[in-house]
Amino acid sequence: MTLDLLSHLKQMLSAPGLSAYEDPIREIVAEAWRPLTDELSVSRLGSLHALKRGDGAEPRPKVLLSAHMDAIGLMVTAITDGFLHVTQVGGVDARILPGQLVTVHGRKDLPGTVVMPPEFLLPSEVEKGPVPLQYLLVDIGLHPTEVEELVRVGDVVSFAQPPLELTGGTVAGHTLDNRASVAAVTFCLEVLQRRKHAWDVWAVASVQEEIGLTGAFTSPFAIQPDFAIALDVTFAKGPGSTDWRTVPLGKGIALAWGPNIHPALFNALTKIADELDIPYSREATPGMTGTDTAAIQMVKAGIPCVLVSTPLRYMHTPVEVVAVKDIQRAGRLIAEFISALPVDFMQTLEWK
Amino acid sequence: MSSQKQPSITTPPEVGSAQVELLTRLCNAMAVSGDEQEVRQIVLEEIQPYCDQVEVDGLGNVLATRLGSQAQKVRVMIAAHMDEVGFMLTNDEGEGLFSFETVGGIDPRQLVGKAVIVGREHTPAVIGAKPIHLTTPEERKRVPKVEELRIDFGLEGSSKAKVGDRATFATQLEVLGPSIRAKALDNRLGVINLIELLRHAPDNIDLLAAFTVQEEVGLRGARVAAYRFDPQIGMAIDATPAHDLPAYDADVENTRYNTKLDHGPAIYLMDGATISDRRLAEWLIQTAEAENIPWQIRQPNPGGTDAGAIHRTRAGVPSISVSVPVRYAHSAASLIRQEDWAHTLKLVYHALTRLTPEILS
Repeated sequence: MTLDLLSHLKQMLSAPGLSAYEDPIREIVAEAWRPLTDELSVSRLGSLHALKRGDGAEPRPKVLLSAHMDAIGLMVTAITDGFLHVTQVGGVDARILPGQLVTVHGRKDLPGTVVMPPEFLLPSEVEKGPVPLQYLLVDIGLHPTEVEELVRVGDVVSFAQPPLELTGGTVAGHTLDNRASVAAVTFCLEVLQRRKHAWDVWAVASVQEEIGLTGAFTSPFAIQPDFAIALDVTFAKGPGSTDWRTVPLGKGIALAWGPNIHPALFNALTKIADELDIPYSREATPGMTGTDTAAIQMVKAGIPCVLVSTPLRYMHTPVEVVAVKDIQRAGRLIAEFISALPVDFMQTLEWK
Repeated sequence: MSSQKQPSITTPPEVGSAQVELLTRLCNAMAVSGDEQEVRQIVLEEIQPYCDQVEVDGLGNVLATRLGSQAQKVRVMIAAHMDEVGFMLTNDEGEGLFSFETVGGIDPRQLVGKAVIVGREHTPAVIGAKPIHLTTPEERKRVPKVEELRIDFGLEGSSKAKVGDRATFATQLEVLGPSIRAKALDNRLGVINLIELLRHAPDNIDLLAAFTVQEEVGLRGARVAAYRFDPQIGMAIDATPAHDLPAYDADVENTRYNTKLDHGPAIYLMDGATISDRRLAEWLIQTAEAENIPWQIRQPNPGGTDAGAIHRTRAGVPSISVSVPVRYAHSAASLIRQEDWAHTLKLVYHALTRLTPEILS
């Protein structure tokens, strides 16, 4: 295997790419996917589309792999005395923000810190409780006149926590949701270099998932796949997170089951996982998954979906944690599944 | 001890790239109260050539003496605490998760979602947070308690750490234009300033430099250091909060800023632990005026420095504190202006050169 998965992942974790501002991360993903695929293109909204052709007779059936590449973050709303006020892009818990290192993407990239004003400068009801986002500030260490020159309202602010290698093959960083899954797609494409597959494989690094699954509506419309595999992260068990919505970290992937998921497709996928002894948890999603599948299944006349998830601790913090072997498991399962797909696979998907 | 000490550098101390480089080493080192060894090691290496005597006392203070050569000398003790706030691991729960306690005053709102370093090896770990998706609206209205949080080393972390290990924020020092951002600027600024003062010590004083331990947990090192040195004058050099941020309501003036960045060294008249000696305050202010150094009075309010312990030692030591204003002290990322640092160093240096025994008469 020529792919250095860890380096690839850490490179992605070092890049910004907030929802609708995905250019920096898209370039990195494109560079990784170019040698592994036959065609690359960028959708109207900025999703990266990569085609790896199958060897079946034309017209070949198409499978879509969808992994969103956008990140949550902040956006500047006002500037007071050189301090930036911010709002959120995507689901940010304001309680994790005080003291976070960030990059303000102004006229140039500016390192900064999210800061919590002292109690006497805040409304009395805040007291010693969490400081709401509207009262947090970003300090970029420049004099107010310089700040006014370099930053304006609407500039985006990304997390700047560098990636960390932890023990037991785990990695921490910001935006492992969902760069971990982009890495799984890369791993899958790498495995497929040495496997025959009849189907065309469309790998998509989708945009704007965190603010409403936008890319997951538009790319399937353009590509028109026969079915789709979405890749995302899910909640790993960890401190304070132990209920039924969580799965163990590093002990296998999660395969979602619920109304976003086509049951026959799920069964076909788990059959391969069982045959290959790839460990997985069956993840109950009784309502909606909160992933690209929720959009993809409703595109055009409906697209059957499955969801492959990598367990992750501390979701939507700058210190999310995943196990690299879970990423490999996700990529390998999908590659093996694709390579085993018969041309007439869609005819075998029966509602029972 | 050493009879071949290097002569003092006779020019005033400056803040240049060499000082920023040393501050980087000092701030990136870990010295949580009670385990100051990493900073103590750097201090010992840096000051040895310039001192007449250096010892490490029973609590871990570095006590360095540089004797002046003039006949009429003043024995001045300057204290800078080496320790920083941080964490101690309290229980190994397996699978790389440890419970922990804070050491020194850290607001629990500063903890979640942070990278930390643990132990002498600076093993990386993180303090996570429950995902927002899994929290209830009630949970989001309260601050996670320290006992709910864990330091997470990854799946096999239990081999990397043990109960009792210290930890601190992983932030590396960075220069941001006119500013410097780092952890532990409180009080590595005092430490580096004291190192520079030893190198540039004037001959009209015996400089008794105390690099103290355990300030953040109760001014413990300074008490015994002052006893040992038995000085005529005591001074703590430290970092003090600059709460110079805008109020949420633009119509409300911030009158409780404590200190402000860009306004120079903060001279103490009163804090929670000390009322400064008025003669020493005049001495510092007159020096600043004469040398054209900007200065400010730290707003009288609670808080304290090593001077709180020094001035009550033995039969009493006239004492004062001077601090560099620092935003966001005791968090992962504090911030100073380089100019304020340089001005603080310059003020203390020039004040020392003007010091005569008459100040106490």
